[in-house]
Amino acid sequence: MARKTPKPMVQAETLAYWQAADEGRLLVKRCTACGEFHHYPRDICPHCLSDATEWVDAAGTGTVYACSTMGQGHGEGESAYTLAYVTLDEGPTMLTNLVGGDPSQYLIGQRVRVVFTPTDGHAVPMFTPA
Amino acid sequence: MSLNGKAAIVGAYEHPTRNAEKLSVLRLHADVARGALADAGLTRDDIDSYFCAGDAPGLGTATVAEYLGLKLRHVDSTECGGSAPILHVAHAAAAIAAGRCNVALITLAGRPRAAMAEAQARAAAAGPGKDGRPAKPALALRPPDPDCPELAFELPYGPATQNLYAMVAQRHMHEFGTTSEQLAWIKVAASHHAQHNPNAMLRKVVTVDDVVNSPMVSSPLHRLDCCVMSDGGGALIVARPEIARSLKRPVVMVRGTGEAPKHGMGGRIDLTWSAAAWSGPRAFEEAGITPAQIQYASLYDSFTITVLMQLEDLGFCKKGEGGRFVMDGGLISGVGRLPFNTDGGGLCNNHPANRGGVTKVIEAVRQLRGEAHPAVQVRDCTWALANGIGGALASRHTAGTLILERV
Repeated sequence: MARKTPKPMVQAETLAYWQAADEGRLLVKRCTACGEFHHYPRDICPHCLSDATEWVDAAGTGTVYACSTMGQGHGEGESAYTLAYVTLDEGPTMLTNLVGGDPSQYLIGQRVRVVFTPTDGHAVPMFTPA
Repeated sequence: MSLNGKAAIVGAYEHPTRNAEKLSVLRLHADVARGALADAGLTRDDIDSYFCAGDAPGLGTATVAEYLGLKLRHVDSTECGGSAPILHVAHAAAAIAAGRCNVALITLAGRPRAAMAEAQARAAAAGPGKDGRPAKPALALRPPDPDCPELAFELPYGPATQNLYAMVAQRHMHEFGTTSEQLAWIKVAASHHAQHNPNAMLRKVVTVDDVVNSPMVSSPLHRLDCCVMSDGGGALIVARPEIARSLKRPVVMVRGTGEAPKHGMGGRIDLTWSAAAWSGPRAFEEAGITPAQIQYASLYDSFTITVLMQLEDLGFCKKGEGGRFVMDGGLISGVGRLPFNTDGGGLCNNHPANRGGVTKVIEAVRQLRGEAHPAVQVRDCTWALANGIGGALASRHTAGTLILERV
C-alpha cells in the first residue's frame, strides 16, 4: 500500500500556492525589493523583511540536494517513501518527496521535474527523475 | 557581560528509570528535583528560580512550581527542544549575575515510552479500523500546530526525525567521503561506555559490523545509528559561586556559554554545518580556552551523524574530517583523543522525553567531580564541554554549548 499523502494545512497567506498546485503549477515567491526567491512562501521576505513579495510560476525543474528513503514506512503494509531536498532552478531548496522509478537509484545531483500528488485536500508538489 | 565564573553547577541528578509506566510526568520532575537537591546538599526552600522547557506540562514553570511548592522570584521557560537545559544553565548564570536569583533549579522529564504503550493499548481496545486492519496509535502525541506556517510545506512529505537526520548523513558522505563504518564507530564508543552503566537501556558492546548490518531505518542510517526512546529525566541546580563554595561538593564553574538557532533560511539549505558552528566559538571565546583543552565532551547523540557534525562545528577537528576523528575508538575513554558520552549517551543510555540535553550536562558534572564510573572516568578531568542540538539538524534546530571547569 502506497504511503497516503496527508493534506496540507492551508493558511490564507499561502492559499494561492495550493490552488496553483491543484492546476498543476508550482509557484515560488520572489521579493521585488531585493530580487531574491524564497521557500517556504510567505508574505514577508525572509531575506530583507520587505512585504513586496510576489508569486512567480517556477520552471518546475530542479536538482536533488539530499534524499533519504525510509525502508519500512510508518505502519503495516505501507511502502517505502523518499524524503528529499530539491534545489529549484530558481534558487530555493524545498523539502519534498521523490516519486516514480527505483528509490535505490535516486542520487544527489540528479535532475528532477515536478509532479503533483492528489490528497484529501489540495494537491502536493513532488519530484520525479527528469 | 561575560558569564565566565558567575555561577556554578552544584547539583545534578539523573532519574534511574527508563520506563515510567507508573510515574506521572510531574512525579518525574519532582523526583529529579529532589535528587538534585540531595546531591547539592540544599533544601527546597533554597530554590528561588526555576527553569523548564516544553516537556513540562500545562503552564510549565507555574505548573511545576505548584506541584513542588516552590516560591520563586525568577522563572524561564526557554523552549528549544533537547538543547533547552543547556541554554537554561546559561540563562540561570545570567540571572544570577544580574542579581535576580541565587539558586536555580532546572528540570527535564517525560514518559514517551509509557505514553506510547498506553496509546497502543487504547488502539488495540478500540478494535480494527474501517478498513478491517488493526487501528494504529497516533505516533505524534500532540497534533501539529496549525499556526506553524512551515508545516504545510513539510508534513505532506513525511519528515520523520530519522529521515531528516539521514539526509544530513547522506550529504556529509557526498561532500566529504564519510562512510557508514565511520559513523558506526560513534555507536561503538557509546556502547563501550554504556556497559558500565547499570541504568543504561543498551549495555551490550557492539561492533562496527553490528551497526552497519542492523536494519536500514532511513538510508543511510541504520537502526544502531539511532538513539533510544526512554522515559525519565534529570535535574540541575545552578548557584552563585559563594554558595557553591559553601557546599561540600567539588565546584563545577560555568566558564563559557553559547546559543544559536539555525533554520531553513528562506530555502538556502546547507546541511553541511549545524548551529553549533555559531554557539561553539562564542562559548570558547567566553571561556578563554580552545577545543584542544577540553578533556571530556558530552555531545548530543540523537543519531551518530549528530555527533559527527558537532565534533566538526565545535572545532575538535576540521570540517569533513569527523569520520577519521571518530574511527578506531577515537571517542572511547582511555583509548581515543576525546572521551565522549561516558554514560552511554542517548545512543545507549537514556534520551528522556526525547530530549537529551540534561543528561549531557549531568555526565559532564560527574566527570569533573571524578564521579563517573571508574572504567570511563577521565583522569584529573578539569575542563569539560556539553553541547545540545534541539530540533532537527536538517530543518530548524537550536544549539547550546556549555564549557565547565572544576575549580
